[in-house]
Amino acid sequence: MRTRTRTLLFAAGAAGAAALFTAGALDLPRFGGAVHPYGDRAVRQALRESTTNTISSVNFDQRAFDTIGEELILMASAIGAVVLLRVVGKEAEDQGAAHRHGPAEVSDALRIVGYLLLPVTLLIGVYIIAHGAQSPGGGFQGGVVLGTAVHLLYLAGDYPALQRLRPIPVFESTEALAAGVFVAMALAAAGAVPALNGAVGVEVGCALVLLIGKFFEQALLVREPPGGTP
Amino acid sequence: MSHLPYLAAGWIVIVGIYGIVTSRDLIHAVVCLSVTQSGTYVLLLAIGYRDGATAPVFSDRPPHGRPVTDPVVQAMTLTDIVVGATVTALLLALAVQVAKRRGTIDPGELRSLES
Amino acid sequence: MILQLTVAVPILAAALLATAGRWLPRLVVDVAAVLAVAAVAALAALTLTRAPHHAQVSWLGGWGPATGVGIPLAADPFAAGLALVTALLTLAALLFSWRFFTEVQAIFHTLMLLFLAAMVAYVYTGDLFDAFVFFELMSVVAFALTGYRSEEPSTVHGALNFGIIQSIGAYLTLAGIALVYARTGQLGLATAGRQLIGTGTGHGGHGDALVTAAFVLICTGYLVKASAVPFHFWLADAHAVAPTPVCVLFSGIMVPLGVYGIARTYWATFAGLVPLRAIAVLGAAAALLGAVMCVLQHHIKRLLAYSTVSHVGLLLVGVAAHGPGALAGTAYYLAGHAGVKGALFLAAGALLNRHQTVDEHELRGRGRGMPVTGATFLLGALGLAGLPPSGLFAGHAVTEHAAEELGWWWFTPLAIAASALTAGAVLRVWLGVFRGTPAEEDPAQEDPAHGARPDAGGGHEDPETRPTLRNLPWTMVSPGLVLLAAALLAGLIPGGPVGAAAAMFTDRDGYAALVLDGRVPHPHSVPADPWTASGVAGFLATLLLAALIAVHAVRRRASDRTGGGILARAAAATSARLHALHSGHIGDYAAWLTAGVAVLALLTTRF
Repeated sequence: MRTRTRTLLFAAGAAGAAALFTAGALDLPRFGGAVHPYGDRAVRQALRESTTNTISSVNFDQRAFDTIGEELILMASAIGAVVLLRVVGKEAEDQGAAHRHGPAEVSDALRIVGYLLLPVTLLIGVYIIAHGAQSPGGGFQGGVVLGTAVHLLYLAGDYPALQRLRPIPVFESTEALAAGVFVAMALAAAGAVPALNGAVGVEVGCALVLLIGKFFEQALLVREPPGGTP
Repeated sequence: MSHLPYLAAGWIVIVGIYGIVTSRDLIHAVVCLSVTQSGTYVLLLAIGYRDGATAPVFSDRPPHGRPVTDPVVQAMTLTDIVVGATVTALLLALAVQVAKRRGTIDPGELRSLES
Repeated sequence: MILQLTVAVPILAAALLATAGRWLPRLVVDVAAVLAVAAVAALAALTLTRAPHHAQVSWLGGWGPATGVGIPLAADPFAAGLALVTALLTLAALLFSWRFFTEVQAIFHTLMLLFLAAMVAYVYTGDLFDAFVFFELMSVVAFALTGYRSEEPSTVHGALNFGIIQSIGAYLTLAGIALVYARTGQLGLATAGRQLIGTGTGHGGHGDALVTAAFVLICTGYLVKASAVPFHFWLADAHAVAPTPVCVLFSGIMVPLGVYGIARTYWATFAGLVPLRAIAVLGAAAALLGAVMCVLQHHIKRLLAYSTVSHVGLLLVGVAAHGPGALAGTAYYLAGHAGVKGALFLAAGALLNRHQTVDEHELRGRGRGMPVTGATFLLGALGLAGLPPSGLFAGHAVTEHAAEELGWWWFTPLAIAASALTAGAVLRVWLGVFRGTPAEEDPAQEDPAHGARPDAGGGHEDPETRPTLRNLPWTMVSPGLVLLAAALLAGLIPGGPVGAAAAMFTDRDGYAALVLDGRVPHPHSVPADPWTASGVAGFLATLLLAALIAVHAVRRRASDRTGGGILARAAAATSARLHALHSGHIGDYAAWLTAGVAVLALLTTRF
């Protein structure tokens, strides 16, 4: 299709879709209105269970099944990335050259800040997970902090240290294990919100490390020999 | 215009799809997909907003004080964000491989799959 | 508890394999995966036998209906039946891949188990947002499985197109769910339905603009999955490149689950509030366009993929016919199609394994050493044409009867045309590959013992096994045969229970009673009767047309199609135009998707 035809087709479709959505949205309750029946019920049930962070209560307790699906999406895409970004065919993993590849030139200040921030950030991640049932935070948020914290090492210019800190096979297994534990706890309705939070935190952290790790490998290590596939 | 936030959400969705339609770069298309999805975040959060309300967290205040915003849509948005981030990661992985195998990420230059 | 277990078993097995798979021997991984899937099949079968009499509902985590915040899993007979079909297809795919992929790690098994879990959870869930989450899980696993052989350029391209289009659809679905939530303050299918009846009606008891918008948006994602025209572009791109055992699940159940999503959402939540004519129109368009595109293909997996577009289009029409009768027919059709298409894809996989290509021209005459595969293609073609007592025959006859009562005179010609074209295309493959003589310039290829020559030409594909298997092991042959046999006998499923299940499915208050009160509804039902004279006549007409199409195609190829009149030139021009339309350009696909939403909106709105 020529660009012009495509844009015209989209314009026509978008006009129709926009009309549909606008008409529907005008029938919605007023923005900022006071009627939120499901929200009110969720708050009531959360307080009954004395989980003061209602959102954590909804995510990990009342609607835990959603979170099971979501954890599995995370797990599927992490191992999907492992499959998709594996070293295939003529490519070779350039192990010896690993030390050369970091952010080009790292100043000493950045290096020191990176090393100093790493433990602090890890601690914050654990705190956010641990307090997720009570105050803003939770497994997802803390897990993301944990998963990104280790990459401060990369910013500090020390890719080999990052590689040693996160052996990919171990993280792959831990990630799946945490997902399994979460599913078992949630389906058996056995776990309290803090425990569920913890499992999710571990899973999110590991999955993130795994995903970023595979992209790093593609960017830094995997090389095709010159004159390979066109 | 008490419905403007909802319409803004719809606008973001359409803008994202426009980006995919006119994209000359698959990485750009994947990012536009994230824009489309951001529209759904805005829609969900707008639906849950309540005038004069505060966050649905009761760790430092009594349960029956000010009203709170709808926690359910916030939980849904959280789920949606994780879904979106992982889908984006997977699609970017595919885009990396397209670039390596085909040598281009311009959808216009990719050969048709129709035999 | 059974329902939770049905979902939990494959998830826990997947987590186990992902955790320990790299250290386990291949045999243990295979056996564990197969056992887990077999357990799911047994649990689904148990649910199916219990569902008509005992309410199969469980509220997760003890958050019962009284709290108003929980998520229910509910299985009526159709849902349990679909879960059973899903598990059986997964079992067949796993057995087939036992020897097929010789180099896979446990990751393939993990993804297949997660795929199964996602589909079962999607079928059982009684909650709108939960359905979205598991719909996304299904999609994400499907993207990863499609791109599994990431060393092939077309594989990653097809998977990326699939991923982007499917994701746009899913986000529109989520927007629709958000609209329902804003209006009703409910996420349960049953509870939201009750609220919509109370509040969502404009003039004359029909839904207002919000209800229409919500329904259209929710349907968009499901229609992308169900590959209705013009949302169907991803399907052939993905099927042509996905590993063969994965195609079995894609065509057999994942695509039809889009139809299930629409049917479930409509009858549990929107029944009577919106018209379904948009679904009928887009489904009919898919039935026709898919069938035409099917005939135009010579890549066998792509050909089968377009036949799926066509047949799932007929399923959509069956759902849109809006009644228990047509739905009973659709259920027969779905079961029959799943088995036949599964068997055909497995047969195509056997060809790919033996000859490194699934190009019909290159395979010409080279299937003579594979009698079982040849028989599968022949019987599969007959099955697609609606051979009695196959599920497709029963589905055609029952749906036709219901459509006639609605005054849908166009249904019978549509179904016959779609079935004849797709069956004709498969028959043509059988004639060419298994009955034809190899092209004269390649006499060496006649001897199957020599296998394919290394320079097999442009259509060379990765055979998915190394080395090529000399003899097909029983694990690769028997799954296809069992699926085919089941499909060809599916029409013998007694019409009484199927009719009762359809009546239960289409009863909105009944579904609410099942989920919220734990009562099994017993609405008045009419037994489905597949054995009608017009059904048999329809099969004969289809078979005749299919044979004509196949023979004509083979003749035309033999005479090398030189010259030809205006008609032939017009056909060639149309065919080129249609090929150009399926460009593989993601921008085109997204533009068509937007246009599809507009068409849906136009047809669903009541003026």
